[in-house]
Amino acid sequence: MDATLSGTQAAQGLATARKPTGRVSDPIFVGLLWGCGIFVLVLLGLIIAMLFEGGLPALREFGISFLWSTTWNPVTERFGAGVMVFGTVFSAVIAVIVALPLSFGIAFFLTEIAPGPLRRPIGVAVQLLAAVPSIIFGMWGFFVVVPLIATYVQPPLIEWLGPIPLIGALFQGPPLGAGMLTAGLILALMILPFVTAMFVEVLESVPPMLKESAYGVGATTYEVYRNVSVPYGRTAMVGAVMLGLGRALGETMAVTFVIGNATRMSASLFAPGATIASTIANEFPEASIGSLKLQALLQLGFILFVISFIVLALSRMLVRTKG
Amino acid sequence: MNFAPETSIDIASAVNRATAPAGEPKLKVEKLNFYYGDNHALKNINFEIPEKRVTAMIGPSGCGKSTLLRIFNRMYQLYPGQRAEGKILFDGEDLLGKQLDSTVVRSRIGMVFQKPTPFPMSIYDNIAFGVKLHESLGKAAMDERVEWCLRKAAIWEETKDRLHTSALGMSGGQQQRLCIARTIAVRPEVILLDEPTSALDPISTSKIEDLIDELKQEFTIVIVTHNMQQAARCADITSFFYLGELIEAGPSNEIFTNPREARTRDYITGRFG
Amino acid sequence: MASLARRRATDYAVKAISTGFAALSIVFLAWILWTLLSRGLPALGPHVFTKITAPPGAGGGLLNAIVGSLIQIVVALIIGTPVGLLCGTFLAENGRNTQIGNAVRFVNDVLLSAPSILIGLFVYQLLVIPFGGFSGWAGAIALAIIIIPVVVRTTEDMLNLVPIGLREAAFALGAPQWKVVTFITWRAARAGIVTGILLALARAAGETAPLLFTSLGNNGWSISLDAPMASLPIAIYQYAASPFEDWVALAWAGALIITVGVLTLNILSRLVLAKMK
Repeated sequence: MDATLSGTQAAQGLATARKPTGRVSDPIFVGLLWGCGIFVLVLLGLIIAMLFEGGLPALREFGISFLWSTTWNPVTERFGAGVMVFGTVFSAVIAVIVALPLSFGIAFFLTEIAPGPLRRPIGVAVQLLAAVPSIIFGMWGFFVVVPLIATYVQPPLIEWLGPIPLIGALFQGPPLGAGMLTAGLILALMILPFVTAMFVEVLESVPPMLKESAYGVGATTYEVYRNVSVPYGRTAMVGAVMLGLGRALGETMAVTFVIGNATRMSASLFAPGATIASTIANEFPEASIGSLKLQALLQLGFILFVISFIVLALSRMLVRTKG
Repeated sequence: MNFAPETSIDIASAVNRATAPAGEPKLKVEKLNFYYGDNHALKNINFEIPEKRVTAMIGPSGCGKSTLLRIFNRMYQLYPGQRAEGKILFDGEDLLGKQLDSTVVRSRIGMVFQKPTPFPMSIYDNIAFGVKLHESLGKAAMDERVEWCLRKAAIWEETKDRLHTSALGMSGGQQQRLCIARTIAVRPEVILLDEPTSALDPISTSKIEDLIDELKQEFTIVIVTHNMQQAARCADITSFFYLGELIEAGPSNEIFTNPREARTRDYITGRFG
Repeated sequence: MASLARRRATDYAVKAISTGFAALSIVFLAWILWTLLSRGLPALGPHVFTKITAPPGAGGGLLNAIVGSLIQIVVALIIGTPVGLLCGTFLAENGRNTQIGNAVRFVNDVLLSAPSILIGLFVYQLLVIPFGGFSGWAGAIALAIIIIPVVVRTTEDMLNLVPIGLREAAFALGAPQWKVVTFITWRAARAGIVTGILLALARAAGETAPLLFTSLGNNGWSISLDAPMASLPIAIYQYAASPFEDWVALAWAGALIITVGVLTLNILSRLVLAKMK
């Protein structure tokens, strides 16, 4: 190409009138973006509204005492959420108590101990545990863990700890395998990767300077972890634990397989129980449209939503206040 | 907003451009004030940028020179909370008014950034992306345009055999010249350069400075720079900004040898900044 | 102040315990996979993929469940991906530091971790009751609601990694926003966006609870989205809890298929992301 030609082309270009681009397409596109953003807000609103509306007749029938009444009797059509709310919170708390030290340890291992080349594969393996579908945990728990617990864990514990006053109440009943403890343990394994991943993320954001100055005064690796890294990320780590709790509260399939599905109240770790989610999954097939039972189940769903919403909202506030 | 008046204004400005005598200001800033939220970043700026000359804007960080550059192509409008008052006449039309569409303004006033910003696509497509926005060219015409602007940006020889490979594989200096080529390809009237060499090595820098000298034959160039030697080497006009005010502007040799203002002298002799 | 020897001993002990915990988590993963392989592989034969579900002892397979799952997941992706992509883009491009953006981000985070069984109940109320029955559509929409928050989150995160300068450079050429987003920003983040979609797919593929009250399951052959539709997780749930040996064996085969699929998708998404970086 020679200079004259390019010169003409350029001159031509300068004289062309320019038209605006995206006059019509841009408002449409931006409208779509806003629409999808607003849609997510509306979706949550709709979920809350529909669950509440569906369960309203049950709330009217039984009053506010539905929340704590421990009766769940489909034959007499008397329903209360007490047993399930208890079971939901109890199993989730067991899960957090078990998962927390494990997560602290694994996060310590991944951020401070693991040699470079091992860090990623082990981190990925822990993450893969989070990817295993809930129903698989349920089957594994039901066919593998429940018999093991019934045979090797429960009998000695019932024998040794059962007679002790107070604590003994936690270790009563026949060694069925399925029950609160088993559900809590499986849930612990399921939330472990989430909590660990968030711990690792928080710990990696600790400024190296802080850690180095602690090492500089002669602290050991563990002392730096405990006195510098963990306090630095404390808020976000509490948020991570809340997220784990939130996940455990609403977990359905795994729990349904291993909790024993008994709608009776018991303080024993070994007694079969029920959570809100497992009750909905279990009893839904026998609830016909328009029945009081269905409405009671929907009301249960609403309660679960409120509980998890509060926990998740708290978690998010804590996690995002300190990155 | 409607479509019809805009087109007519555009044609009118094209006529203006053809008849404007040399030496007329291409951009004329009148009583310009600019705010980032509550922060008053530019204070009552009055300034003229002549056509087909290189105008440099210098001053310490935060003096407002980059801010002014980003007003010329309405980049500030991407950010809610930033607001400009006053007038900037672009061939007689108010840039800050509603009559001109941002996309048209930006196609007529191009910009090259501090860091090279190649798009994640081939060298050819980097250039075609901008051209296609404003013109529909056939394959042959597009090929011609790509070659033309790469030659203009003095990077044709290095790229002609790899036009269809990713632009991300080029060196920093090459990427910056590609960005200049990409800007030229749209055939703007004004090119804004925002510290275009601050991320580059000395050899790439001198290539780009040579290029600026070439480009002023056809384009009006405004360059923001931290490097006073660069301003002295490249610019016909130099303006000095300090704390959001235009302290003085004039032919570069005067500014650098005999500034009127003490603050200018202090800055160019390295006493602050 | 504890003595140096004691502090060293504590340090050593904590390190040993932490390493043990890490090993333990991997042992559990391996244990689950081993259980799946040892029980699923023997049950896996051509009949699983060629025959539909049948009464106990009749030598059925899982064909209808596999096909049903695929249909529902594909429909869910077709519905959920665009919405999630656009909403994530909204958050990254228009919703930064704005109140509405923060609200949407908050709500999305809640949806991301909300109990999936409630999504099922919601769709039951929204679609199944008013439209007179369980259907593949209801199942697919429930899965779409699972997919959306995952895609929103990853899309936003990935778009936030795209330098502002790249967007400004495109705007500076006179491009309208939709072209800047579709040609430049999405393109720069495409590996990350694909990762998000793969992760969402993996999540949806393993979900059981949202399907219980929506597509219900179907023991016959049906590919109509208007009728109840079989799915792999529901078939597994139904069979695993049954007293029939051949059904339980099929449940293990199905569990193996799902887990291999989901883990493969996860690993694949990590590879895509690693390639981008």
